[in-house]
Amino acid sequence: MNNLLVLPIAVPVIVGMVMVIFRNILWLHRLLSLLTTAFIGIVAVCLMDQIKLTGVQALYLGGWKAPFGITLAADMFAVLLVLVTAIVTFCCLCYAFSSLGMEREKYYFYPLTLFLLAGVNGSFLTGDIFNLFVCFEVMLVASYVLISLGGTKIQLRESVKYILINMITSSLFLVAIAYLYAMLGTLNLAHLSVRVAAAGQDGLLTAVSFLFLIVFSIKAGLFLFFWLPDSYSAPPTAIAAIFASLLTKVGVYAIIRMFSLVFYHDLSVTHLFIGILAAVSMVLGAMGAVAYWDLKKILTYNVVVGVGFILAGFASFSLVGMRGTVYYLIHDMIVKALLFLLGGTIIHLTSTTKIKEMSGLIRLHPQLGWMFFVAALSLSGIPPLSGFIGKIFITKGTFQSEYFWLGSIGLLTSLMVLYSVMKIFMNAFWGPALTEETEKVTTDGLLLPIAILTALTIALGLGAEVIHEYVDIAAAGLLDSQGYIDAVLGGKL
Amino acid sequence: METCMSIVVGILFAIGTYLILSKNILRIILGISIIGHGVNLLLLTMGGLKKGGPPLLGLKETTFVDSLPQALLLTAIVINFATTALFLVLSYRANKVLGTDDVEQLRGYGNE
Repeated sequence: MNNLLVLPIAVPVIVGMVMVIFRNILWLHRLLSLLTTAFIGIVAVCLMDQIKLTGVQALYLGGWKAPFGITLAADMFAVLLVLVTAIVTFCCLCYAFSSLGMEREKYYFYPLTLFLLAGVNGSFLTGDIFNLFVCFEVMLVASYVLISLGGTKIQLRESVKYILINMITSSLFLVAIAYLYAMLGTLNLAHLSVRVAAAGQDGLLTAVSFLFLIVFSIKAGLFLFFWLPDSYSAPPTAIAAIFASLLTKVGVYAIIRMFSLVFYHDLSVTHLFIGILAAVSMVLGAMGAVAYWDLKKILTYNVVVGVGFILAGFASFSLVGMRGTVYYLIHDMIVKALLFLLGGTIIHLTSTTKIKEMSGLIRLHPQLGWMFFVAALSLSGIPPLSGFIGKIFITKGTFQSEYFWLGSIGLLTSLMVLYSVMKIFMNAFWGPALTEETEKVTTDGLLLPIAILTALTIALGLGAEVIHEYVDIAAAGLLDSQGYIDAVLGGKL
Repeated sequence: METCMSIVVGILFAIGTYLILSKNILRIILGISIIGHGVNLLLLTMGGLKKGGPPLLGLKETTFVDSLPQALLLTAIVINFATTALFLVLSYRANKVLGTDDVEQLRGYGNE
């Protein structure tokens, strides 16, 4: 029992509700939302320490023992993600202060972001598949409102499609849960794992696992990403950055959790299939990123490549590959938020999304230019930055498991990713400046969150040793789920 | 009984899918809502439609129904209700602003 576990979920919900009451006091909204994310970050660090010392932490809500009640369970992997989520949200909130505009801020942007945060944290920390569904819905409902917040034409058009896709997916999720319950008679993840291990994963269970895979693939943008590029380019920058770095990653987390804890007995079918999906989404995403000359489109297609690469490491199902997956997931959340914020700033300065119409930004905004350069290198995995370590581990993992094709596709698409972001860099920052006079639009307040994230991606690359220990525990915990099961079920059953 | 329910669920899914494939946004929402009902029925059926007493201590029944699917069902209904309401409101607003309820015209690229 560890009551800290409930804080990352409960605190944002409560603070969000308080904010709704004091609707017109904007400074309070800003202050409280920043404090909440900082608080969640601190809680996550405390939890990381406890997990390092005593193993996986569990909390039985209402005192009902697992598998009968709802359980929250935190292993190192989940808590690392909670920490990164808090950091990324903090930066996106900072960015929203000076970019979002009064109207959107007044209409509950901050409470909604906190509700979204509660849903994301809940999905990471829950130990119960139905509760995962509920947390997904909490997160999605908040995202439905956030994507349409402001009510511009393009936002309304895209949000209709976004909601449609997600509602159908949620129905499929429930269908999968119903089948699973019919077969195994339990919904607790640890208990599911025990039952599947005892009964063996036969064809029927594998079929159900594929239903789960479809559901989570749509949410994560793995292969079934047809909805993603349009939806993610609709909302304003700060919101799009939160979406790109958090929402797809929750789907990725769900895939990793389900297929490392419950459905891991038929690797040659399920994990090979995940590997194929990952390879296809890497290729398609990279092709999209290379083909488009629209800044937002390039960035959203890069989200797809990132998801594919993370799951390529997971498909290898080796210790090195897992290490790479955890590392790259952390890196990807940070660098995707960073790139979206940078892209948003460029669009804000040039008021166009077409990169052929941009030029010479580096003369007036040198800091922005160099930070974009760092982010671009980090995204494609150039050595001293954070992308490199994840990439090398994932490639090594895929080679170890003899998925040579997967590793090579990963490396090849990194080149295409590098080309796609360098394309933005060269078009937007090089060349003659279009306006000679000092521009009216400023980047005041926009650069601080970008600088924080840039510093973080550099620090993650150079100081990898600091978090290496934690990543190691997380990766080992994913491969050997006995610790998780023991912590949740208390050694019984 | 379970077989009969499975067929009903299948029919609901078929109707829902048919409606989702149409162009009118209101029909699509109705389709989602019908699929939602199908899912709820499925959840209930998958728990087993046994004949038994309520799962309470102190009753003299020997067999009990499984109460968990009903709890799941309740949650699922509430969530489905809330998201459908939100979707209806949003599509009404989209209809007002965009001036169409035909999804073919929501494709984008044309009216940017």
